Amino acid sequence: MRVHIDKDLVAASSTPLVLAILADGESYGYAIVKRVRALSEGELEWTDGMLYPLLHRLHRQGYVTTEWRTPPKGRRRRYYAITDDGRAALADQRRQWAAVARALGDVWPGSGGLLPALGEA
Amino acid sequence: MDGTETQIAAWRAYVAEAPAVDGRDVDELEAHLRDQMAELDAAGLTADEAFLVAVKRMGDLDALSREFAREHSGRLWKQLVLKGDDQPARPSGGWVEALVFALAAAVVIQVVRLLAQFPQEEPGWLARNVGLFVLPFLSGYFARRRQLDPRHWVLTAVPFVVAALVVNLSPFDEDSATEALVVVHLPVALWFAVAYPYMGGTIRSHDRRMDFVRFTGEWFIYYVLIALGGGVLLGLTAAILEPTGAVDVERIFEWVLPSGAAGAVVVAAWLVESKQRVVENMAPVLTMLFTPLFAVMLAGAAVVYALTGLVGAFDRELLGVFDALLVVVLGLVLYGMSARDPSIPPGWMDRIQLIAVVSALVLDVMVLGAMVARIGELGFTPNRTVALGLNLVLLVNLARAAGLSVQFLMGRTAFHRLERWQTAYLPVFALWAATVVAVLPPLFAFS
Repeated sequence: MRVHIDKDLVAASSTPLVLAILADGESYGYAIVKRVRALSEGELEWTDGMLYPLLHRLHRQGYVTTEWRTPPKGRRRRYYAITDDGRAALADQRRQWAAVARALGDVWPGSGGLLPALGEA
Repeated sequence: MDGTETQIAAWRAYVAEAPAVDGRDVDELEAHLRDQMAELDAAGLTADEAFLVAVKRMGDLDALSREFAREHSGRLWKQLVLKGDDQPARPSGGWVEALVFALAAAVVIQVVRLLAQFPQEEPGWLARNVGLFVLPFLSGYFARRRQLDPRHWVLTAVPFVVAALVVNLSPFDEDSATEALVVVHLPVALWFAVAYPYMGGTIRSHDRRMDFVRFTGEWFIYYVLIALGGGVLLGLTAAILEPTGAVDVERIFEWVLPSGAAGAVVVAAWLVESKQRVVENMAPVLTMLFTPLFAVMLAGAAVVYALTGLVGAFDRELLGVFDALLVVVLGLVLYGMSARDPSIPPGWMDRIQLIAVVSALVLDVMVLGAMVARIGELGFTPNRTVALGLNLVLLVNLARAAGLSVQFLMGRTAFHRLERWQTAYLPVFALWAATVVAVLPPLFAFS
């Protein structure tokens, strides 16, 4: 079932999502969007175009590197890979989300699933 | 299939029109679109359907354009204005408010001149306060243009009030060195005060600081051009009217020159604001021309100094000369950076700039070493102290900039760290100018 998710929440979660996906291995824009869609089971309605300013910002901040490549059987694409700074930023994001989730878990009764899902940071 | 290609080309052209989207971004978005279409195609949609769905999923292009603009605000300096609402709304035109502030500045400076009976007499207070008579109007113009609220207007006025008090209540000796230093440094300090309304009160934003740097460069170039044009105008006026004997040419100069110079401050600012979106910035172009020349000159000079050593007549002006040199090199660094797209990898221009900076640093360190020893003998005067202080301020900036640049060239850091260093250092300059105005004179007993 499609739950409407607040624009701000989508925006806030986009950075850790993208960094975490890239931490698994380098990727390109379209593949990242597909992965996000798969991960959220269609609930996160990302506007595809919005991914790119985000990727550019991450690149400018030094969290990802990028290069244009042509894979053997595909078109020429821009690939992104995470850097050490990016991994540090990802860890920081994880701490922040864990803190938020802890607070929410305390205030919402019976949501014991929230913390284990994120892992104690 | 042909129809789809045409549609994709049309979509591509539309995206390319967005101000902050450059060619590579369009390629990236198009690749995304095609990937999406390929997948939908495999899922069984027709080519047209796939195109429609893919475009829909890409999202609203105006919103996309705004996001790109927010991210790449540097690109906006050369492009046309965005459609849409929430970018810092800078309506073009608005020449009426510019005219009002320019006229106000012109009138005030005339009144002041008449009060001071310049050029018949030259009271000390006139030179000290000249920045205070002109720059508040520039601040006012920006406060109005950015549509600041009353609280921000008050905060804009505070530095001017404080400066007025400090500069006028200080008991300077006649023709003192400290007073001359204040005359030079007060406009610099007040220029930083103008940055507050320019940035709309958001002094912490590094992007807005960089915008202010770009503004300063362009303003200076426009002011010089206006001054040259004005000079030609006045010169011709004088030459044409002189033979008639009907008009006293001197009087024309007395009236027009100060007012013109004051009004031009606001007019130049208005021009920079208006053309920001339409014309290439000139400062970076000049920088690109002069950086290689300076690199060659400085590298050569460094070699000469290293070989011959620092012998010979060592006059007290030397430190001042090197201050000027470091200021110019800093300008080259800043303005080269202001137009550089942060995402492109290091190139030959970055290397040349590094050569220029390192040569300047080497020269400066050599001179500084000798100078410090000399100052120990000759003693500290206000001029020497200021020259030394400025040199150190610039040295720290350029040394770290060179270090970061080396890391950038080796691929170990992102370009945006270099920008950050420069924008983070700007308050140091403001603080230095303020120190020379407020702290130095008492330290030297206003001599």
